[in-house]
Amino acid sequence: MGGQSFDSGSAINHSRMPSRIAQIRKVCSHPEVYDPCDDSFALVDALLADRSNLLEHEPKICMEIGCGSGYVITSLALMLGKESPGSFYIATDVNPDAVATTQKTLQAHEVDAEVVTCDIASGLEHRLAGMVDVMVVNPPYVPTPEDEVGGDGITAAWAGGIDGRTVIDRILPVADNLLSDKGWLYMVTLTTNNPSQICLKMKEWGYASRIIVQRSTEEESLHIIKFWRDFPSSRSLPRPGSGHLGVKGSLLSQLSRLQFWGSGSGSS
Amino acid sequence: MRLLTHNMLSSNIKGVANGFPLRIVAEKVIEKPVEMNHDFLKNMFAKLDWKAFVDASRSLGYVELPDEADASMLESSEFLNKFHHALLELHLEEGALVCPETGRKFPVNKGIPNMLLHEDEV
Repeated sequence: MGGQSFDSGSAINHSRMPSRIAQIRKVCSHPEVYDPCDDSFALVDALLADRSNLLEHEPKICMEIGCGSGYVITSLALMLGKESPGSFYIATDVNPDAVATTQKTLQAHEVDAEVVTCDIASGLEHRLAGMVDVMVVNPPYVPTPEDEVGGDGITAAWAGGIDGRTVIDRILPVADNLLSDKGWLYMVTLTTNNPSQICLKMKEWGYASRIIVQRSTEEESLHIIKFWRDFPSSRSLPRPGSGHLGVKGSLLSQLSRLQFWGSGSGSS
Repeated sequence: MRLLTHNMLSSNIKGVANGFPLRIVAEKVIEKPVEMNHDFLKNMFAKLDWKAFVDASRSLGYVELPDEADASMLESSEFLNKFHHALLELHLEEGALVCPETGRKFPVNKGIPNMLLHEDEV
């Protein structure tokens, strides 16, 4: 476990930002649930770094797929908190122990969110389609043999199949279906997942992307990518002047770097 | 589980054509007061399936909502109070959600609906 290193990497002005994220000592634990680790911290750092944009975004529905301990959804709700009072939070996990743990973590922080035990967003895909304004995902991204994917208990939290892409590739179309026209997706990826290929795939579906946080540990190189609809798609109308995203740079300007990162993955 | 969440859930069993709305079997209902937000209520009103919502509220024992509603009613604070209460303050704590086509029960324990399918239902 990587400790509480919230200060690494990202450009967050901590002096002006009181602690608005979940406290580790209040995050509940369970032997079959993934504890917050470097990837969780990187995702929360990315959300913090983008917090002013998120507040301006005024999301009505925020959703986390794969909520684990509840550290991320609790942090998101805390950091938007009273300044974005009209937000509804919903979190899912395939592991019933994780959903129960998330509920306890939320309660320990006196934060309000709905939790559902389901596979990705199964059961929500029909009625929640096009309604999610902010989605956060820390998927099982670790490359493993395919038969380890989706097992019971804690294995489901990290086992990602070939190149760690099996579950990611199932989540992306679900995210596309659930996100509203102004929806944003924040997702954790590993270099081995071939993020440039993920960005290109999302681009075909009309999404721009940007890396919010990039972090290397001894074990892995993580990047948190933000996706947003940037082109007219079958569902959304062209939005003139939609340069309101507060992000600098673009997919293309970052692509060469991504391709460089992805070059060692050996993926197909 | 709040009724807003119920309104977003459908039965996802393979072969089920119309899995919405799930019928509620209520064993324990609790109330948790939360602050009202008009903008949020107005936004959600447009997205809600009203009939499913009213039926769900009645299955939780709350009978104050009208059979039909239109957006003009959002100007009434009396209506907003009831709408807010049913949408966000009532929780199904223990019970089940029943697939309208197959009768399959999805359990709700400690306020958490479990929508996981068995292998032969996927």
